[in-house]
Amino acid sequence: MKTVLITLAVAGLWASAPDRASAAPADDRADFRAYFENRFPNTPFNDYVNGVYAIDPALRAEWEPIEDGIPPYEFAIDQGLTLWETPFANGKTYADCFGADATRIRARYPHYDAAADTVQTLESAINQCRAANGEKPLSYRSGDIVDLAAYLAFAGRGAKINVRIDSPGAEKWYRLGKYHFYAKRGQLNLACADCHVKGAGMILRSEKLSPALGQPSHFPVYRFKSGNMVNLHRRYSGCNAQVRAKPYQLQGSEYRALEFFHTYMANDLELNGPQTRR
Amino acid sequence: MQPLVKSLAASASAAVLIGALGAAAPALGASHALSGLAAAGKQHATDRKQGNCLACHSMGDGQSPGNIGPPLIAMQARFPDKAKLRQQVYDATIANPDSQMPPFGRHGILTDAQIDAIVEYLYTL
Repeated sequence: MKTVLITLAVAGLWASAPDRASAAPADDRADFRAYFENRFPNTPFNDYVNGVYAIDPALRAEWEPIEDGIPPYEFAIDQGLTLWETPFANGKTYADCFGADATRIRARYPHYDAAADTVQTLESAINQCRAANGEKPLSYRSGDIVDLAAYLAFAGRGAKINVRIDSPGAEKWYRLGKYHFYAKRGQLNLACADCHVKGAGMILRSEKLSPALGQPSHFPVYRFKSGNMVNLHRRYSGCNAQVRAKPYQLQGSEYRALEFFHTYMANDLELNGPQTRR
Repeated sequence: MQPLVKSLAASASAAVLIGALGAAAPALGASHALSGLAAAGKQHATDRKQGNCLACHSMGDGQSPGNIGPPLIAMQARFPDKAKLRQQVYDATIANPDSQMPPFGRHGILTDAQIDAIVEYLYTL
């Protein structure tokens, strides 16, 4: 029953938004930024890497001392560095897949992989590297994969997001992600955009909704609410569950596409993960 | 088909129960006390697993409301036609396809009887 409802809801929106669906990616991005610029005139573009803190000075005043002190993601960074340096059974390390310069890795993802016709994310690339070296894949949910990503995000801080959509294949994945972002889903019939574009800055119960622009810059994050490190796909999954939709598989095609779209919207912002978030 | 039959049965029995409560409650007009049906509606409207209206609307004396939707005040003046108000709760996307409001009736989040009770409560605000 639920599946039928979700399918109907998704089909309904798709049919009602043909103009939005066919725009060029660069035009979409310009519109997306213009919307937020207009919505939050006091927030400079570069500040969107700070999520909800970019639009709420009171929350920001509580948060900054935590980031400037010893933030709780430091442990994950340390663990990630150890994992990064620990050789596989065959004697090789992650650096043999990614290159030795850890500062240049995070910004390469997500990207379109034409040979595999998929979007590669930092997490999918980590597991590809493991497979190429005869190691078992890591769970995408928690543990080592998040620690490695935290280390690589930290090492790669300061680079600009630069997702390229320069082939029909890449554009196909962009459109899949865009569709996911704007499609209403779940029993509560809410799209990502309903809360984080249209509803950005509004209060949902006692929480202020963060703006969608810039969200991918800072993952993985340490969430105070759950007291653990959470990567972007797990956050997507949590959002989908909250609107009473069946979450998709972590690193499945839906969330890879969504990350591709979502990160393309954030092009030119600085990567600043990991971060703490509410 | 099974879930439909079940939900019909559930809403029918809820309607009987709420009807009985309504008959036993004081008449509308006593401003401080809600009628049985409106009191049940307040319960359904406030429950986080049911209406959870406070997530998005300020509503009566409810604590820490959201502000995504408009405050639920002067509802009789804003919706002189009670059926329009009921439709808004049942499926807000009829009036506005882009509405962020969950279609509580169409998606089976609330039963018909729960929606009827909530409408009675909203009419007291």
